[in-house]
Amino acid sequence: MHPVLKLVVQRIALGLLLLLAVSAVIFLGVEALPGDTAQAILGQSATPVALENLRAEMGLDRPPLERYLSWLGGVLTGDLGTALSNKADIAQSISTRLGNTLFLAAAAAVIAVPLAILLGLVAARYVGGWPDKLISGVTLTTISLPEFVAAYFVIFLLTQVFPIFQPVSMVLPGMGFWGKLQAIALPVIVLVMVVLAHMMRMTRAAILNVMQSAYVETAELKGLSPMQVVWRHALPNAVAPVVSVVMLNLAYLVVGVVVVEVVFSYNALGKYLVDHVTKRDLPVVQAVGLIFAAVYIFLNVAADIIAIVANPRLRHPK
Amino acid sequence: MADALLSFKNLKIEATAYPPGERPRHVVLVDGVTVSVQKGKVLGLIGESGAGKSTIGLSAMAFGRGGVRLTGGEIVLNGRDIRTADAGALRSLRGRDVTYVAQSAAASFNPAKKLMEQVIETSVSHGVMTKAEAEARAVSLFRQLSLPNPETIGERYPHQVSGGQLQRVMTAMALCPKPDLVIFDEPTTALDVTTQIDVLAAIKRAIHETGVAALYITHDLAVVAQVADDILVLRHGKMVEYSSTDQIINAPREPYTQALVSVRSIDHAEKAPAPPVLSVQNVTARYKGTSFDVLKNVNVDVAPGQTLAIVGESGSGKSTLARAITGLLPPSAGRIQFAGRTLSADLSGRSKDDLRELQMIYQMADVAMNPRQTVGTIIGRPLEFYFGLTGEAKRLRIQELLDQIEMGAGFADRYPAELSGGQKQRVCIARALAAKPKLIICDEVTSALDPLVADGILKLLLDLQAHENVAYLFITHDLATVRAIADKIAVMFKGQVVRYGQKTDVLSPPFDDYTDLLLSSVPEMELGWLEKVIQTRKMESAGN
Amino acid sequence: MRIPLSALLGLVLTGGFLFIAVFAQFIAPYPIDSTVGGVWDSPSATHWLGTDTIGRDILSRLIYGAQITIFVALASSILSFSLGSFLGFLAAVRGGLVDQVLSRIVDLVMAVPSLIVALVMLSVLPLNLTVLILVIGVLDSTRVFRLSRAVAVDISVMDYIEAARLRGEKQSWIIFREILPNALSPLVAEFGLRFIFAVLFISTLSFLGLGIQPPLTDWGGMVGENKGGLVYGKSAALVPAAAIALLAISVNLVADWILSRTSSLKGGRGG
Repeated sequence: MHPVLKLVVQRIALGLLLLLAVSAVIFLGVEALPGDTAQAILGQSATPVALENLRAEMGLDRPPLERYLSWLGGVLTGDLGTALSNKADIAQSISTRLGNTLFLAAAAAVIAVPLAILLGLVAARYVGGWPDKLISGVTLTTISLPEFVAAYFVIFLLTQVFPIFQPVSMVLPGMGFWGKLQAIALPVIVLVMVVLAHMMRMTRAAILNVMQSAYVETAELKGLSPMQVVWRHALPNAVAPVVSVVMLNLAYLVVGVVVVEVVFSYNALGKYLVDHVTKRDLPVVQAVGLIFAAVYIFLNVAADIIAIVANPRLRHPK
Repeated sequence: MADALLSFKNLKIEATAYPPGERPRHVVLVDGVTVSVQKGKVLGLIGESGAGKSTIGLSAMAFGRGGVRLTGGEIVLNGRDIRTADAGALRSLRGRDVTYVAQSAAASFNPAKKLMEQVIETSVSHGVMTKAEAEARAVSLFRQLSLPNPETIGERYPHQVSGGQLQRVMTAMALCPKPDLVIFDEPTTALDVTTQIDVLAAIKRAIHETGVAALYITHDLAVVAQVADDILVLRHGKMVEYSSTDQIINAPREPYTQALVSVRSIDHAEKAPAPPVLSVQNVTARYKGTSFDVLKNVNVDVAPGQTLAIVGESGSGKSTLARAITGLLPPSAGRIQFAGRTLSADLSGRSKDDLRELQMIYQMADVAMNPRQTVGTIIGRPLEFYFGLTGEAKRLRIQELLDQIEMGAGFADRYPAELSGGQKQRVCIARALAAKPKLIICDEVTSALDPLVADGILKLLLDLQAHENVAYLFITHDLATVRAIADKIAVMFKGQVVRYGQKTDVLSPPFDDYTDLLLSSVPEMELGWLEKVIQTRKMESAGN
Repeated sequence: MRIPLSALLGLVLTGGFLFIAVFAQFIAPYPIDSTVGGVWDSPSATHWLGTDTIGRDILSRLIYGAQITIFVALASSILSFSLGSFLGFLAAVRGGLVDQVLSRIVDLVMAVPSLIVALVMLSVLPLNLTVLILVIGVLDSTRVFRLSRAVAVDISVMDYIEAARLRGEKQSWIIFREILPNALSPLVAEFGLRFIFAVLFISTLSFLGLGIQPPLTDWGGMVGENKGGLVYGKSAALVPAAAIALLAISVNLVADWILSRTSSLKGGRGG
């Protein structure tokens, strides 16, 4: 087998293994924590008999491993069980919300990725100069802000000081694409802010790393024009690290989405998760947690695979 | 000189240094250098690290690394001052009129592109020739430089060819656009000693056959003597001596040049064989998780107060032997006798006396000392650890040791970062001596140092041996060092000792093929030595 | 030693926040939980920063909130730091099976964003200070583990470590006298970053209603309580938000300065 293919297959297998381990932690690890679902539903004052009955009703008296395997089987066949709080089918509740989350994340990514690369390039081009210092200063500040803090500054600025947007983001079924976009403008701005800083800083570092390499100096000493140096020598080597940086930071959107959805009361997966943590609705939390984990692991694996495929040493073995 | 291709007049180059956590500092790298290169001639630039030789080389292309500025004088190439040239003129100068061969070709090639594409790039983009012409010229240059498979090697990627080959491909890349001048910046320094000679010979032939002029930068006078017509000796950015190669090698005028020429000429009379203090018997070793013996049935020994030199190239197993003796890599077979007892194979099984009597000095003194400890702490620790010395007794002994390494007591409060390379290595020697050892393993202790400093260290080691009766196991790739210091020599090749005995016996013919190759690869301060060697050697280097 | 202006500013502000946190009881003009004014009163001479959603003095709550926020963040970053660096050094020095097991566990925990893991855990655990400190501290110790292991591995391949081993030094000497002094500055900077992370983490949890519970409050919780006012142009929520940002930036400035003085590895904030 070609070494690249071998490494890629290995990496995918490792990702799947990791996902399996994570599912076990999400299900069995929670078992190991003090307190259980029945207790959570009935509260601290519940009688032992009531607890016992509820446990039996929910199948909590079966051994954990057996329940894990049947849960895992369900997950693989698309059956995520029912919510404790309202007996709704979890898979169905998720399917309507997943689209909204992906729409939000995709819109943020479409803006953030090119912008981050552009700013990273500018900062790297003028390294040490004022554009670099300005961009670095601003991003250092935004890195220091949690998502919800950034969100409220943006809301206040764009709905009160400059009343351009509505503070609530409702995406209704009847809305057209454009209407939907307008509705999510504010959360998208916040998400872009949150993810941009990291992405831009890492892009800058990746580009600088290539620009300071000996082979770029060689290209300069060959008397090539700056465009030729960048286009022929820097770019082919910078693409891989930059793409890999972008993927890693898209994974970071997973966290941003959860908080931002709550801030804007945006009815999607993240808000669904937080609501059900508050309700101590474990089956929902486990299912949604697994989905977020899967997305995160997928993006990380993708970043690794890009790095492997783009490495000339691996693509052209000795 | 009227027909000078390139001339520097009163060159001054400055830079701003940014040490972390300190104010930026202004430094003068090169000052008052006036020198010229004639058409088709080779000028050698020689000096220690920090002499400014690479900076001068790059200034011929009006290029300065990270904040380096040309602040004074003239650089005239083909009758034009390139300091006043605009960006467009500089681009057509770089890569067409003047080309560059770097020390590390491995880092200087773009890893994502095929060699041919990179070799012909300037010829095509500067419009010197068509792509087909450039490719044909590249192949003929590959052949001229004795590269294997000259027709197809261009289709390979940089990581697919060896270091010695890559250095020659880079030379081809520099020669391809038919430049007026090539700058060779330490092109053979990173190579193994036997490979260096082949590359050097190839470069010399190519320079000769293409009739190009060259600026050849190196720290090794013996190397530059083989290729240069004239030599400029530099020190601390200033000119020391500028003359013909013959004059510099055979009749140097300046004391500094004289010292450079006579370097490595320490004379050391071989001591008579005696019963050993260390005896390595049938030692075989491999690294964990591998199925390959890096040491194969090694037998050597060394007598008290004498030096055994272990010579070999990288990968010969010479440093592994040191790890086996120190117990860091327990041998899979054989045993090690030391001071009349058998040493435990593993470090953890050795007594405090075993450890004390067997000390080690490393190649990189920088990383052999804890940067957060003062010289006093570094030397004092073995005194405290092995002999329980404290307070005044310890202080006095530290002072005594500092005197022995020819450094004053004032150094006890300094940190390693405040010392020069030679001083650092001296402190490491003092640390080893502090343990009152019977044997010191010296692992390439002079190879990271400038030649004159290295000479000082060797002299010190010989003096200390005479006073303390300590034995050395001296690991090196440099045969000149071996001649200077050894009583016995073991030549290692691929994990085995291929030649072993008293120094005069090992260095006298008849030689086995590998020892011949190794011996013949050490550049000598002698004009025409390279040609002689290439004709008479029996074996080609492994790096080919 | 020359301290740049930005780092000096960071040091002064961080010191100020610590002072407020320690002496909150003496500084705060009003009690933490009594209604002393109208709903979302504007700033005035009696209430410098105005009042909140049920008429409590925002300045007083901000000062008490500083105490809780900084206490929880400090406690959990001390936990994450001591746990992570101890295990990290252990893994680096011991190597072998110890290293393998610890590293794989850390890989597993870091395979999922900390917030998601915390949410799953908090859907079962009771919500109190101890639990919050443990959850944040343990989750974040994985990052400290990776950094300190990497730093220690970098140092332990140095020849001076080998020299110490060949001298016969004990493992404790090698860790405390040879490795630790050289690992200190990247680790000190890392402590700053871990503290910021803990501030952001506890604030986010409290904002989501899953952190500090009433009657106690912290800055994240205050943002959550007052967020409704923004729609009416009441900016009460922005005051604690600004406090979070200011604290985080101050510590970041100090950490950045320490890092820039050591050319060593950086630990990211990560998910």
